[in-house]
Amino acid sequence: MKHFLLATSIMVGSCLPLFADPDPSDWGAILAEADGQTVYWNAWGGSTNTNDFIAWVGDRVQEDHGVTLEHVKLTDTADAVSRVVAEQAAGQDTAGAIDLIWINGANFAAMKEAGLLFGPFAEDLPNWTFVDVAGKTVTSDFTVPTEGFESPWAMAQVVFIYDSETLPNPPKSAAAILDWAQANPGRFTFPQPPDFLGTTFLKQMLIELVDDPSVLQQPVGENYADVTAPLWTWLEAITPVLWRSGQAYPQTGPRQLQLINDGEIDLAISFSPGEATAAIANDQLPESARTFVLDNGTIGNASFVAIPYNSSAKAGAMVVANFLLSPEAQLRAQTPDILGYGTVLDMQALAPADRAAFDALELGVATLSPAALGQALPEPHPSWATAIENDWIERFGVAP
Amino acid sequence: MSHPKARPLWRIAPVLTVALLVGPVLFGIMWTVLPAIGLWRIGGVPALSLQPFQHLLAHPGLSTSLWMSFKTGVVSTLLAFGLVCVLVAGWQGTRVFFYLERLLSPLLSVPHGAAALGLAFLIAPSGWIVRLMSPWATGWDRPPDVLIPHDPGGWALIFGLLSKEIPFLLLMALAALPQTQAGERRMISLSLGYGRIWGWFLTTLPAFYRQMRLPVFAVLVYGMTNVDMALLLGPTRPPTLAILIVDWMSDPNLARRPQAAAAGVLQFALVLGALALWWCAERLITWIGQRVLALGYRMSGVLDDIGRWFSLAMGTFCATAILAGVLSHVIWSFAGRWRFPHILPDAFRLRTWDRYSADIADVFVFTMTLAAGVALVALVLSLLCLEAENRTGKPMNTTSLWVLYLPLLIPQVTFLPGLQIGLLQLGLGQGVWPVFISHLVFVLPYTFLALSGPYRAWDTRLGVLAASLGAYESRQFLVLRLPMLLKPILVAFAVGCAVSIAQYLPTLLTSGGRVQTLTTEALAVASGGDRRAIGVWSLTLTAAAWAPFGAALVIPALLYRNRRGLRDV
Amino acid sequence: MSDGLCLKNLRLALQGRVLFEVNFSVRPGEVQTVMGPSGVGKSTLLAAILGTLGPEFQVTGQIMLNGRDVTHMPPQARRIGLMFQDHLLFPHMSVAQNLAFGLPADAKTRKQVIQEALESIDLKGFEARDPATLSGGQRARVALMRTLLAAPDALLLDEPFSRLDDALKAQMRRLVFSRAQAAKLPILLVTHDPADAEAAGGAVLTLKAR
Repeated sequence: MKHFLLATSIMVGSCLPLFADPDPSDWGAILAEADGQTVYWNAWGGSTNTNDFIAWVGDRVQEDHGVTLEHVKLTDTADAVSRVVAEQAAGQDTAGAIDLIWINGANFAAMKEAGLLFGPFAEDLPNWTFVDVAGKTVTSDFTVPTEGFESPWAMAQVVFIYDSETLPNPPKSAAAILDWAQANPGRFTFPQPPDFLGTTFLKQMLIELVDDPSVLQQPVGENYADVTAPLWTWLEAITPVLWRSGQAYPQTGPRQLQLINDGEIDLAISFSPGEATAAIANDQLPESARTFVLDNGTIGNASFVAIPYNSSAKAGAMVVANFLLSPEAQLRAQTPDILGYGTVLDMQALAPADRAAFDALELGVATLSPAALGQALPEPHPSWATAIENDWIERFGVAP
Repeated sequence: MSHPKARPLWRIAPVLTVALLVGPVLFGIMWTVLPAIGLWRIGGVPALSLQPFQHLLAHPGLSTSLWMSFKTGVVSTLLAFGLVCVLVAGWQGTRVFFYLERLLSPLLSVPHGAAALGLAFLIAPSGWIVRLMSPWATGWDRPPDVLIPHDPGGWALIFGLLSKEIPFLLLMALAALPQTQAGERRMISLSLGYGRIWGWFLTTLPAFYRQMRLPVFAVLVYGMTNVDMALLLGPTRPPTLAILIVDWMSDPNLARRPQAAAAGVLQFALVLGALALWWCAERLITWIGQRVLALGYRMSGVLDDIGRWFSLAMGTFCATAILAGVLSHVIWSFAGRWRFPHILPDAFRLRTWDRYSADIADVFVFTMTLAAGVALVALVLSLLCLEAENRTGKPMNTTSLWVLYLPLLIPQVTFLPGLQIGLLQLGLGQGVWPVFISHLVFVLPYTFLALSGPYRAWDTRLGVLAASLGAYESRQFLVLRLPMLLKPILVAFAVGCAVSIAQYLPTLLTSGGRVQTLTTEALAVASGGDRRAIGVWSLTLTAAAWAPFGAALVIPALLYRNRRGLRDV
Repeated sequence: MSDGLCLKNLRLALQGRVLFEVNFSVRPGEVQTVMGPSGVGKSTLLAAILGTLGPEFQVTGQIMLNGRDVTHMPPQARRIGLMFQDHLLFPHMSVAQNLAFGLPADAKTRKQVIQEALESIDLKGFEARDPATLSGGQRARVALMRTLLAAPDALLLDEPFSRLDDALKAQMRRLVFSRAQAAKLPILLVTHDPADAEAAGGAVLTLKAR
């Protein structure tokens, strides 16, 4: 019987108006409520630089607004999603354990669809006025409209990391990668889907290989087999000449950097234009490591923060989200030896002094200039990712 | 030593202990089974459905995953137990055994994940062993493209599991041996002309195995269901079932979760199947053994020597591999740039330690406090149960024992997500206490396991003597049993601490991420793949788990430095 | 009849099956020897008198000690001293701590009592010694002294001489019996060695299998 009770409690719980929720449009009230709150920010903890940055954010919001920020270091963002799902399942509609999640893409789509997010709030944040809504993909996330349920804080774009010493002229298209790999067997690989970065690689190659990338903005339909056929042909050709002959893959993105450093591979995909520079400074990559983007451009997206529907410190979480959009925080995030993340702000909207500070930033040794990165390509509709991921597992993910 | 009129209080101790475990375990299982059969859905109306299982069975490569889970678990357990038997049979009572014991026991405190990372760095084509020989001997200035680890046969994983399970089984063996009169049996069989090992297998193994059965089962279950080692060393196309479950549990697509729950149920069934098979094998071996026994083969001489030296070589090899892995963590934690084929880093730096030392200090203190608290409660409960046995004169009943050991036999990934929902239902959604309870569930069986052997082996004639001298039970407990069993008690406490320190999923799932321990921090950092940071956290974790073991060795040795009669307890 | 150890129709049964019934008394300073083949229930009888029988046994009849009915008392309250063949000493305690273990808590002069006790068994200055370093004979003497220092009302001896060599055996027998007699203790000696019975000089009861 218990599950019936539970199911009822879920339905009732999600229909109830949440009286205690703060009103994002009344910023003064938000600040007053936030003072003294503790915000648990669940964010990936695998990067020392990111962890240091989040600690700095914590110091700053404490100083300015009396908000205590606790970084819950995750191995995987989905752990936070799981948690909110479990809380909803158990009917815990208030005082949840998570106040802020670093999120994007499929995790956001899933939470938004399941009604697990608080909002809309993003466009009411005071610093939203600085955000480059027109020039950057900050109001849709993997084609899913954000509708104010998450607030952007960094731009990311696919780049490829290579060792310029062993690979002076890196291949800059799907065809070139195949040619190069066939000439140099065992020197290239990508993280094994369903790893996020591995699936991103498949998407990137799909965009490269389809005749008309615009079909990817629509959900998967009858056209699936036709659209993806070139991708499978390409993979059939390249898999035998991959690292370990395609019989094993690195399990995560960062593992690729180790492989470059160990001299096992020469080329790796990354979703962070500043990662290579930071890794060189950290001795994780050789000093000869550099990055490039494909001639036809690469996928870009934004990193967001979202607030679970049952957070107990929504006001505090909004204060943190707003601080992340401040020129001060954005400038720090873009500084190459701190994070090297692209800003989400519109330079034209900034005060001249702030703009000058951004202009004065020096790029890292392995970081491309905005011009060299070019215009980011939009993410395909999430259904494509799911479909090609499953298909890849079936075709290549299981040894014959 | 028993007294017929033990107070009712002593009958409550085991009941209380079992009750503490039943709740979490039942909740966990219930909330795993319900989603797997559609009786609970995220935001949906519950209805009985086989769909989760259908999706599961349709997953490509599922049968290979199952086979890999089974194979790596069973083979590593067979090898580990076999080696420990031969080691004990061939070397117990010798100086070599004494040193081997000293060498292997500290390895117990190296966390599985840290051990696996160390091993991976050792055996990879770009790893230490190849570096030692390159390029001068091999001619390689680039690592060869060879599929190790993650080999499709799972042998790297089996080796990893083996090297971690040998120390555990050896520790359990040391606790079990005093109850087998192994020394006397050895002398008798030797004097009858049997080889050391063969004689041991014929005379001591049956009694020894009775004591070792549960630890062996625990090893088998762990081997079949572990996540951290399988992730770092195991096959990947497809991975083992446990990895699939964790992947699906953390898939953004919430529709994967019922499938993950179904896989959890399947995992449990697989484990039960393997245990059943193992049980049949036990019967078969007993049957064969009895026939062989009658034949009177002596097997002394060359075969005996081969067995002894082979087991010693393997034991040393495993120990060396783990120690070399730990050493590689030490070097990485201080390393500057370090590329293939260099044997050592180009430069040594304190930077990584500097970066993390502030974080580590706080988390270290908290982790140790939590571990000590959990281990202490587990120790007190174990002592109460064992004291109750002692005072009522009745061993714990089988049902209670099964419940007590259940957490060892159910895969963590099967029932933890369920436990999380269960705790949330009770309003115990976050904070330290749910973590405490979930740790206790896993710590208690290990503490009991480590303590029950030596406790039951305590010479009850001493109790009779003490009673005749007018000492009541509580005085006997305080003045005789506690001090005499100090070493096993401290070892059980250390095992408890180590188990608590190592808990990852229980900490994460029951605290809502709000409780951070060395393990959760270490794994979060490890997900970034920075070997320097991994080195720092792995070493801290190892040191944390090792400290109680060190204390368990040092304290009794100091306290009883003038008591020869206690040295071999 | 009130002094000494007195077993009145003491009948022991295991799950309804009667093992044996005994009926005898031992006066202070006297020795009663119980003999019989192994397995006949000698140790069960000892356990019954000590009060350490498992709940699976049924006891009827009475055990009287100096007029007290101890049949249903816990072993600690019976004041019956015991010596095993192994002369077990508590391995984690020094010789002095072993002796002090049974010494009544209110003894104010513990240290001196122990010193004198050690002197009386020719082990002067052995207070701090590790029991594991004692010889067999020394251990036996310490065990005896520990029992006596607890001031028991009776003494049970469970094959106490069987592990000693012949010279020591004679010496220990003399020591045990003279000490016990000096203390006016009734002694129950369980043995399979007729020489023990002979040296004890008291009545002999032979248990037979039923």
